[in-house]
Amino acid sequence: MRRSPIVKEMSDLLIPAIVLFGLYVQFHGDFGPGGGFQAGVIVAAGVILYALVYGLPRTQRLLPPNAVRILTSLGLLLYAGVGFATIILGSEYLNYDALHADKIRAQHIGIILIEFGVGTTVAAVMISFFYAFAGRGRS
Amino acid sequence: MLLTLLATTAIGLVLLRSLFAAVMLTGMYSLLTASLFVLLDAVDVAFTEAAVGAGITTVLMLGTLSLLRVMPEHTEPRHGRLLPLAVVCLTGAALVYATFDMPRFGDPQAPAQQHVAPRYIEQSAAEVGLPNIVTSVLASYRGYDTLGEVAVIFTAGIGVMLLLGARRKE
Repeated sequence: MRRSPIVKEMSDLLIPAIVLFGLYVQFHGDFGPGGGFQAGVIVAAGVILYALVYGLPRTQRLLPPNAVRILTSLGLLLYAGVGFATIILGSEYLNYDALHADKIRAQHIGIILIEFGVGTTVAAVMISFFYAFAGRGRS
Repeated sequence: MLLTLLATTAIGLVLLRSLFAAVMLTGMYSLLTASLFVLLDAVDVAFTEAAVGAGITTVLMLGTLSLLRVMPEHTEPRHGRLLPLAVVCLTGAALVYATFDMPRFGDPQAPAQQHVAPRYIEQSAAEVGLPNIVTSVLASYRGYDTLGEVAVIFTAGIGVMLLLGARRKE
């Protein structure tokens, strides 16, 4: 794959910023705009840009398709797991009040956990979409 | 201004015959829609629209185009041009007619603003304690719905992996 030096340099500059911004949107989503969905697609967009510039094999060495597949289900499991954790702690499913004595803190913990689950699943699904489409052309 | 650009992009999309240009225009359309969402103060939606609509969807569409070895030929429709035009005009007229019943934009008396919205706006700071009410609603009040949405995305991912991804090992 031929790549233009301009594209490569610009991507090198942008990809870390995109991923960092994704993490910011993920963990600052409670206070500013954003959240798991947005963060997931932003991080995935960063990975896809990397794959477009450096090629699919190199990306899949860094982020193997199997790992992406596992992450896909881990995110959903984390979300559903928080629900079961609140049941075990003596509250209703996904009622975060049981997670901490202080209710506001409990809500914070619950929201950060489930948003992280959302972000993981969304990013992994988007990346696996890209792997599936891009990988098919080569076989 | 933004709506004019949106309409121009849409008309351009309809008139274009090149699939590559059409994909780029859909990306542009998404970006314009995202700006529209920002103007409407729906920043959370704008984020998603810009990243998914303008970014990832465009890449996936381009990937699909590159998979099509042969470009589909343009075929003449079997029926005349009048039937589709009539269908579009009728649907459009019905939609415009329906908007007359809608409450005015931003009307605080609208039914949608009267149900649970006041509770979220007045109580979420005390009950959830987050400055971003959107996050409070999505992640706490409507936690079940969001869990369902994540499950939908997960299922979509599984579907694509089964249809496209697993072919390599054969």
